[in-house]
Amino acid sequence: MSEKVTKEDIIRISGVNPLKCMRCGKCSATCPAYDEMEYHPHQFVYMVERGDIEKLMASKSIYKCLTCFACIERCPRDVEPAKLVEAIRLACVRRQGENHLTDDEIPALLDPDLPQQAIVSAFRKYKK
Amino acid sequence: MIYSYFPGCTLKTKAKDLDSYARMSAQALGITLEELPEWQCCGGVYPLAKDEIATKLSSVRALSASHKLGHDLVTLCSACHNVIKQVNRDMRYDEYISSRANNYLGADGQYHGETNVIHYLELLRDIVGFDELKKKVVKPFTGRKIGAYYGCLLLRPGDVMAMDDPENPKIIEDFIRAIGGEPVIYANRNECCGGYITLEDKSLASKRAQNIVDNAKSNGAELLVTACPLCLYNLTKNTSESAVPVKYFTELLAVALGLKEEL
Repeated sequence: MSEKVTKEDIIRISGVNPLKCMRCGKCSATCPAYDEMEYHPHQFVYMVERGDIEKLMASKSIYKCLTCFACIERCPRDVEPAKLVEAIRLACVRRQGENHLTDDEIPALLDPDLPQQAIVSAFRKYKK
Repeated sequence: MIYSYFPGCTLKTKAKDLDSYARMSAQALGITLEELPEWQCCGGVYPLAKDEIATKLSSVRALSASHKLGHDLVTLCSACHNVIKQVNRDMRYDEYISSRANNYLGADGQYHGETNVIHYLELLRDIVGFDELKKKVVKPFTGRKIGAYYGCLLLRPGDVMAMDDPENPKIIEDFIRAIGGEPVIYANRNECCGGYITLEDKSLASKRAQNIVDNAKSNGAELLVTACPLCLYNLTKNTSESAVPVKYFTELLAVALGLKEEL
């Protein structure tokens, strides 16, 4: 995907309908990564709706969401904001040479107790 | 009773304790766990995107194998359970995902979400029964104040996991009671431990994990139990030395059943 990523792409990848959002802010209120994010979960929803995809793709916020399912669980309108964060993150890492983490970086990050689960999870999120 | 069993990558390596005490205890409780003859790593996190098909296939193959064997599929690691159960839901209800995943299965036969996926804790609660388990305890944790740490993946999304109330769970607390301990309720028991972010940003994982152990300790917990290797790692390796100890729930189970000397 080297061409411009559109709102329609993100909606298709995520399966989310941002128009269902009534902007109560509960997703951001419950997000454990709130403090570390430039754009918060509720902002992902209305920015996708507005078509501000490039801004979201350029933001480090997409790597702060750890998919803990708190926003998905607690959204009263079943919007599932984390799925939008995931779709934006995928739109980035699916681009040639845009992996957020590569195999070469792994050895330096290991410690003897680190479970394999951490590495496979990070690769799923950071790499294509 | 025979169940298919999916151990997952970490239970074969860094989390052997989670696995071995579970097998030992199951045997003592009259449950046969038969490891799937072939299985692949679940990938650790559920691929949320609609167009992610290949990343769901390891779960589909495990589910399909279990279906062919005619057994329910037991999982133990919170991450494996979350991934496999969510993929199972897709195979059953999401025609888009299911038809594409089935294209890959080809000659191996089709799969449409028939397998019943149960977590080891559900096995203890629903098949063995906590009352029956209590009768088999020979070394109770009398007087021990133990906190359940659920983390994020065991209970959420609640409508898919369908194990317990995701906001006010009690399955691990009931387990703690069954082995004679006193459960400690604390606010952060279902908050995220920081997960894989420890690879990229240790300070962030430490912040999350320290909040959890501090909250548990200030509510009187002297020991925490978990079902997730990454939670155990973050809560022990990314917290201060004085933090409350964390163990796999299966290790406490084995001790209570007299299969292991002590913690």
